[in-house]
Amino acid sequence: MGMRIVIAKPGLDGHDRGAKVIARALRDAGHEVIYTGLRRNPAEIVRTVLDEDATGLGLSTLSGAHDVLIPKICKLLRSEGMNDVIVFAGGIIPDYDRDELFSQGLRAIFGPGTQTKEIINFLQDVSSRKENGEPVGVGEKLGWHWQ
Amino acid sequence: MNVEEIISNAIGGNRRSLSKLLTIIESGKSIPTNNLGAWTLGVTGPPGVGKSTLIGKMIVEWISRGEKVAVLAVDPSSPKSGGALLGDRMRMAISDANDLVFVRSLATRNHPGGLTSFLAPMISLLSQCGWTRIIIETVGSGQSEIRIVAFADRVLLVEGPGRGDIIQAEKAGIIELADIIAINKSDLPSAQLAADLLRNSLSLATETAIEVFLVSAHLGDGVTELVESIEQIETDSNRDAIRFRERLLSAWDSRLISHPQFNEVILALSAGTITLDEALEQISQPTNKDGL
Repeated sequence: MGMRIVIAKPGLDGHDRGAKVIARALRDAGHEVIYTGLRRNPAEIVRTVLDEDATGLGLSTLSGAHDVLIPKICKLLRSEGMNDVIVFAGGIIPDYDRDELFSQGLRAIFGPGTQTKEIINFLQDVSSRKENGEPVGVGEKLGWHWQ
Repeated sequence: MNVEEIISNAIGGNRRSLSKLLTIIESGKSIPTNNLGAWTLGVTGPPGVGKSTLIGKMIVEWISRGEKVAVLAVDPSSPKSGGALLGDRMRMAISDANDLVFVRSLATRNHPGGLTSFLAPMISLLSQCGWTRIIIETVGSGQSEIRIVAFADRVLLVEGPGRGDIIQAEKAGIIELADIIAINKSDLPSAQLAADLLRNSLSLATETAIEVFLVSAHLGDGVTELVESIEQIETDSNRDAIRFRERLLSAWDSRLISHPQFNEVILALSAGTITLDEALEQISQPTNKDGL
């Protein structure tokens, strides 16, 4: 069975073509996707994940604020006890910022040109890792991320 | 943590526990809940008339009246992939920023008997956890949606302008179930005309008149009056009977579909070894399974 995944647009970024393409692709792969709409702050996004009991959270950001917003969201998830939520991101996130985000518990970053199939493969992989008890959540042991 | 502990945490106000319990119910497990007489409203109407946006505005009104509002927003699952795109929540911006609101998106999935066997325990649970206004939202486009809103004790039908003869469009029977009708998008010029036409058609019916409200979820016009009127609803026994009829039918359906011999009987039917009457006879025998 598919996962429940929140696709969110954090911050002041009005471009959601990418998020909508991803939401659609995940739906077609059998997942239940909850889309937040534009310009949500970290607290709102975390509240959505909480109320919807989502397994995964995909963050789409093209504004350049990823280095501030994504760590805030990850911290908030942990402080709310949602250590097991799988967080991934996409959009414009330069290579030199990525290690810092992985160290915050992010498990994948998909840049421009990524095939939707790759994201679906990631979700498949991450869900079998989760079943095997491997750490994949935002508050679980770091080490592995998709590459 | 066992289910009893999660329940007592949820009743104590822990949102995460409540959220987990809804998942447990949705997965088909039964949990002990008490029905304390929850206040429920079903909201339905065609796609794109602004149901979610209107609910978003109504939530604000209810909160100002001291209520705690929970919304179960139902959207269809794709029959092909089983996945679903649940976008109602994005129209209710208040839902993510206020402790007095709880919104849960539900996909119809391909549950035997639809979602309806889970709605009653979800409603009871929400009520037990202190949610005083429980809204069930669904796109009103077919029999299964009618069955979903029939789980609410009052029903609001939302329509929009420019949809032609609404009575004609709503042959599915949703009008008989509605206690109140709202024509949304009153900021558009043809909304008044739609309301007039609908009032006119409804006045031809001999039974008690259904009130038709003009509202604009976009501007917030008419929302206070609509909520006030919903609070005053005294449903008649006629509509009550229709609702219980739908609830009974869906309970019957899910009992039938979850019968252990269901597939067997279908195979026998298609092989021509039994008749429809014999098939019914066979699967209307009670089972030991906790079917409902």
